[in-house]
Amino acid sequence: MTRVVLPYHLRHLAKVDGELTVEASTLEQVLDALETQHPALRGTLRDATTGKRRPFVRFYACQEDLSHQPPDAPLPDAVLRGDEPFLVVGAMAGG
Amino acid sequence: MAGVRVLVGTRKGAFVLTSDEGRRDWTVEEPHFAGWEVYHLKGSPADPDRIWASQSGGWFGQLVQRSDDGGRTWDAVGNDFTYAPLDGREGAGTHQDYDGTPKPWAFTRVWHIEPSLTDRETAYAGVEDAALFKTTDGGQTWNELAGLRGHGSGPSWQPGAGGLCLHTLLLHPTDEQRIFAAISAAGAFRTDDGGATWLPINKGLLSGEIPQQEAEVGHCVHNLAMHPDRPDTLYMQKHWDVMRSDDAGASWHEVSGDLPTDFGFPIEVHAHEPETVYVVPITSDYVHVVPDGKLRVYRSRTGGGEWEPLTKGLPQEHCYVNVLRDAMAVDRLDECGVYFGTTGGQVYCSPDGGDTWQAIVRDLPSVLSVEVQTL
Repeated sequence: MTRVVLPYHLRHLAKVDGELTVEASTLEQVLDALETQHPALRGTLRDATTGKRRPFVRFYACQEDLSHQPPDAPLPDAVLRGDEPFLVVGAMAGG
Repeated sequence: MAGVRVLVGTRKGAFVLTSDEGRRDWTVEEPHFAGWEVYHLKGSPADPDRIWASQSGGWFGQLVQRSDDGGRTWDAVGNDFTYAPLDGREGAGTHQDYDGTPKPWAFTRVWHIEPSLTDRETAYAGVEDAALFKTTDGGQTWNELAGLRGHGSGPSWQPGAGGLCLHTLLLHPTDEQRIFAAISAAGAFRTDDGGATWLPINKGLLSGEIPQQEAEVGHCVHNLAMHPDRPDTLYMQKHWDVMRSDDAGASWHEVSGDLPTDFGFPIEVHAHEPETVYVVPITSDYVHVVPDGKLRVYRSRTGGGEWEPLTKGLPQEHCYVNVLRDAMAVDRLDECGVYFGTTGGQVYCSPDGGDTWQAIVRDLPSVLSVEVQTL
């Protein structure tokens, strides 16, 4: 199981506390699983029409920025083992 | 006992304010969707416990929330606003950008949600880039009424300063096929067939500052208002001037009369007096604050032309706020209440048709919209 940590606004939106777990081995599978388990998240991580990641959403794991990885790129082994979480981050933006 | 529920959308969340029919003592609930922009909330006339909210933000985009218990709890519903292909073409087409070049239509946010007058599952959403969507399944799915954007003039529409937004929707009280819409900066439109086809209704919207005064589109309409007893009479706060139509928008004439400025955003009609109209004059399109540091609502009891300032209970010095287009509303109690919110975070109520005012709350985030449910 892949552990997922959502930012505050999305935890509130999905009505969850703490980490989530999803069955996923790629970035795209994480997003698909999140949207399936929590339909309220649809359109918040990636644009509903284009499917593109929202500009101020980032995906981190194992101290690496995975945001620009291909959708089918495998998640790091530590994430797949459950040792490290997959982090959805609202990027720092503003002044 | 009768009462009112005031729905306030702000830059940082939604607020529900409630009172009994006296409208002197208020309960202000904790914010919903704290930290999000809430452009608009509105209750269903068919089921007052059903309330719709447009929630958006720079990080996570647009959401639509729905409450079925009068605003206590909320659930996100569908937020896929995909534009329809136009005229059998593959793409959604283009409109004009600020620089005059073609720009593909792209969804940004929902500015206004207008629930059906008769069906709790049906609502309309006016969005940016300007388009009209409709749901008939309680918000799970939204389908574009593409005849509006597909009007022949669509490719020439340009955004106003706030974007190319469909911000105002009026539903005819008895004819479900007739809807009025206003778009900045394209103008006003009317459908008589439920949204399949649309007619620009901008004749007479003369503005000395635009090159083609009698152009079919290209007018900066800020807000429309209608009294349900006289659905052919429309009032308009235009970028410049207050206008009136008595033929369902076929023609307009100016009723700014003795207002202190020609600029403003909201316009409303008294609940029981179709010729009583309210506006909030603002200092010019460059300054965007009330004139002379005084917050004054202006009331006309003659359907425009002659206006009186309403000041009792409103700050008359050192006030420099704005009142946005969707931030004024009236209730339907026997003595009509009038409400508005400011960019300074104050929400004011007049329980006596504008004669006297009190602040319900003073320190909310900047107010984007105010709607009232009479319970």
